[in-house]
Amino acid sequence: MEDLSRFKQTYFDESAELLEVAESGLLRLTPGEVDSDEVNAIFRAVHSIKGGGGAFGFTELVAFAHEFETVMDGVRNNTVPVTTELVDTLIRANDLLGQMLAYAREGDPAPAGTTDGTVAALRRHLSGGAPQAQAPAAAPAAPPPTPVYAPTYADDEDDEAGLFGDAMAAIAAARAEEDPVPPGKLRWTIVFRPRSDLLMSGNEPAFMLRALRRLGDATVECHTDALPNLQNLEAELLHLSWTVTLLADADVDLDKINDVFEFVADDCDIRITAEAPPPAAPEAPPPVTDPVPVATPPTVVAAIPEAPKAEPPKAEAARPRPNGGGAEHAGLTSHTIRVDLDKIDRLVNMVGEMVITQAMIAEHVRELPPGEFQELLEGLEQLAQHTRELRESVMSIRAQPVSSVFSRMPRLVRECAATTGKEVQLVTSGETTEVDKTVVENLVDPLTHMIRNSIDHGLEGPDERERVGKPRAGTVHLSAQHRSGRIVIEITDDGRGINRPKVLSKAIEKGLVQPGATLSDEEIDNLIFLPGFSTADQVSNLSGRGVGMDVVRRNITSLGGRIGVYSTPGEGSRFVLSLPLTLAVLDGMVISVGEERFVLPLTNIVESLRPKAADLHGLVGKCDVMMARGEYVRLVYLHQLFGIPGAVADPTHALVVLVETEDGSRLGLVVDEVLGQQQVVIKSLEANFRRLDGVAAATILGDGRVALILDVAGLREMSRHMDSRAPRPPSPPVAALPAPALEPV
Amino acid sequence: MKKKVLTVDDSRTMRDMVSFTLKGAGYDVVEAADGQQALGVIGANKVDLVITDLNMPVMDGLTLIRRLRATPAHRTLPILMLTTEADEKKKSEGRAVGATGWIVKPFNPEKLISVVQKVCG
Amino acid sequence: MSSSTALATVGGSRTDARNDVMAVNAAEEQYVTFTVGSEEYGVNILSVREIRGWTPESRLPNLPDYVRGVINLRGIIIPIFDLRARFGGGATSVTKRHVVVVIQVGERTRGILVDAISDILAIGHDAIKPPPDVDGGMVDAEYLSGLYTADDRMVTLLSVEKLFSVENSELDSATKALPALERAS
Repeated sequence: MEDLSRFKQTYFDESAELLEVAESGLLRLTPGEVDSDEVNAIFRAVHSIKGGGGAFGFTELVAFAHEFETVMDGVRNNTVPVTTELVDTLIRANDLLGQMLAYAREGDPAPAGTTDGTVAALRRHLSGGAPQAQAPAAAPAAPPPTPVYAPTYADDEDDEAGLFGDAMAAIAAARAEEDPVPPGKLRWTIVFRPRSDLLMSGNEPAFMLRALRRLGDATVECHTDALPNLQNLEAELLHLSWTVTLLADADVDLDKINDVFEFVADDCDIRITAEAPPPAAPEAPPPVTDPVPVATPPTVVAAIPEAPKAEPPKAEAARPRPNGGGAEHAGLTSHTIRVDLDKIDRLVNMVGEMVITQAMIAEHVRELPPGEFQELLEGLEQLAQHTRELRESVMSIRAQPVSSVFSRMPRLVRECAATTGKEVQLVTSGETTEVDKTVVENLVDPLTHMIRNSIDHGLEGPDERERVGKPRAGTVHLSAQHRSGRIVIEITDDGRGINRPKVLSKAIEKGLVQPGATLSDEEIDNLIFLPGFSTADQVSNLSGRGVGMDVVRRNITSLGGRIGVYSTPGEGSRFVLSLPLTLAVLDGMVISVGEERFVLPLTNIVESLRPKAADLHGLVGKCDVMMARGEYVRLVYLHQLFGIPGAVADPTHALVVLVETEDGSRLGLVVDEVLGQQQVVIKSLEANFRRLDGVAAATILGDGRVALILDVAGLREMSRHMDSRAPRPPSPPVAALPAPALEPV
Repeated sequence: MKKKVLTVDDSRTMRDMVSFTLKGAGYDVVEAADGQQALGVIGANKVDLVITDLNMPVMDGLTLIRRLRATPAHRTLPILMLTTEADEKKKSEGRAVGATGWIVKPFNPEKLISVVQKVCG
Repeated sequence: MSSSTALATVGGSRTDARNDVMAVNAAEEQYVTFTVGSEEYGVNILSVREIRGWTPESRLPNLPDYVRGVINLRGIIIPIFDLRARFGGGATSVTKRHVVVVIQVGERTRGILVDAISDILAIGHDAIKPPPDVDGGMVDAEYLSGLYTADDRMVTLLSVEKLFSVENSELDSATKALPALERAS
């Protein structure tokens, strides 16, 4: 079965896509507004899954898909009415089909009774809503017994054809006497008299005769007696008939011979008789009744075969790959290919290593005497450019539109609306925004939870909405867009907004905030991201499923992303989520503090400058601010934040890198030096260690050393906490700073 | 000269399987994802056999067969249709519009090859 | 690109070693022993991925001193723990002779900084003595799997899983201080 199993991967990939097609179709299926194209698409999806499943012998899956398909067929033919209940059942069936696929993929049998309930529900819709006495078990749910195709052969009593056949049989019998059948063989006599229009169906008697030859030694006699005169001859009509004598091995049975004429059984007269070796032969096969009853139907392959035993044709073994030479079909196949993700990942890793190597070479070249190696430098510059383009091309292979995640949300909204009794309208935009596959995959859980949260906590019930003058149905808007090299996803609802007094009192009650603390509105809103925080008075069915917004935030930060919330009481909330476009490589600025080097994502950097003393001010003894381009920005001393010894403490001797977070707020990062810009490969710190505040990830620099990639928004958070630790740590107002205590490096 | 078979199916899995099996048996195989595409392929290639699924988007298999039979050049072109199980109704519909024969899905490679040999040698 | 030199790669000979042991005595296991100051410790050889010379680490902010930092191990980033600091002996002043034992703990790869590798010992289960109560001592008995006497030296056998599970929980609690708590204080 090696020859079929090689297609399993294609099958499962395709099935996954088909499931999505079916699901989104089902979600759009609305009672009273049935779009037949949509219904057809769903039907086809299920049908294809079933068809392929049959090829691999996934019996349970096929049996279930058949039930599903039958109902979809009913919908297609308008015999099964579309009701909300039906749609729910179909959605469940689609889910179950996905599960069955998963079992099939793992090679596990589905647990007994897995499909019973859904099958019963499906059948109820078929029987016009009347519940059946008992849900049939899964196994009997297999497709109905294959109706056997019974060809209509000419009756024996039939006029001339019958006589003709009889005559031929007599001739055969006569010959048998003078030419006995050798032991272990059977001699078949096949009289084949096609109707004159046989050719019009594309059948060609010559190929059938050739097929008979493949079964044994065949002698073909052609009868031309029915040929009309030349002037009456029509090229497309057939006037010949044949008698074939076939000496075949005993394993060639009637079915095999009938099979040859399978397609023309309705369009011809055919008589088949068999003759065994003389009974005297010791090793003779059991004698065959003579003549063999012609009414025996030809085989029809059962709907669900046993694992096909066929050996692949010999030539196949020599072929290196399936689809080899597929590219020759110029213009026939689509312009996409399917590539194993592992291959792309290897490519991505390789590009990553190349980026590191290139950085290493660049670092060594920097030490060469200037001006002497102009061509080398130019070559390297070009190499850097090509590497960057290569990286972008490779990353774009992995890019996927977020629609694959967004498309799951209508369903979720529907479920949440049903559970909460709220009316919800989901609006999505920016579905085509592309982002790395890994990012897309990791978006599912956070988005699911946030949308649940918006419906559960954000939106009011329809009655309450009406009272406050809002439409009964609340709206949740899910959008995606690219912004400064990141993807920004927003979830906006027009609900009641965050109930700040309630959040605050809850936080105090949970011991997350000291009583009497004064928090800004923004700070209160962000309390919902703290571990152990949940505002639902009762643990609701939705949001209370063991995860809170803290988990969402953790998921997002682990992807190098950030999440924030903006809320207006009575008007709604907006969750803003920003993520890197790729998790593999970024353009960064290498900076140094003390002996440590860090990487700042280029997308965060506005500029770097060396401030004059006059630009620096202390702000209410809490922090230092700097005047930059007509704006005050807060200074953040990286060496303080990270406890790095030997750093330049005086901003007028150090450098200030002006950075901007996704929400547009700026701060000045005080560092010793800016070493240069380079592409870095993002490496996980968490794989072998853990997440660290203010650190997005790590990377390996040209000299093989590790450098941490900074998380600017995380640094801002850290600095806020430092600022609020009154009294302030021993960093006197900048103006009064003594000369920097420079330690030997 | 290799015979050229056109497989028409919206399921990639099916196309792959048909294509792979027949190529292994010495046929040339070209592919199309629906009836419309198939007509385009046939217009551009000399095809010796068409194997078509019935249920497809854009143009289904029966329409494809009807369209082909309506063209003098393809009046005797062998056309096999793929059906699931032994759908009598589909078979007779297929025959009515001029299908040469049928292959019942699922099929094993040997069966596919033998059916193909039966109608196009 | 990397200035590191692996002193010995145990990984390659590990299987052979294990087979030998199994041939001799199924109840014996091999331990890599190393010194920290005057003390000798051992870890099961099966958890040791490799032993490499010291290469400068990159420091990690706001962590206890026994977390030395991270190094680049052929493209992956692993943390280095200073065993001396972990046992309360202060941070090791590293020289080129110091050694990092790279250990596989479940899915994670981590390094421990020690003074030197001393031996590979085949130790029978019955030769391992339970550790005494180390009340109030620097060493939390939880990650000691036993004591073994080799000639006249005492070797403290460490359970790496427990050793690092302690690291993890301590590190987590060290940074568990919630932002809001600080804000309100």
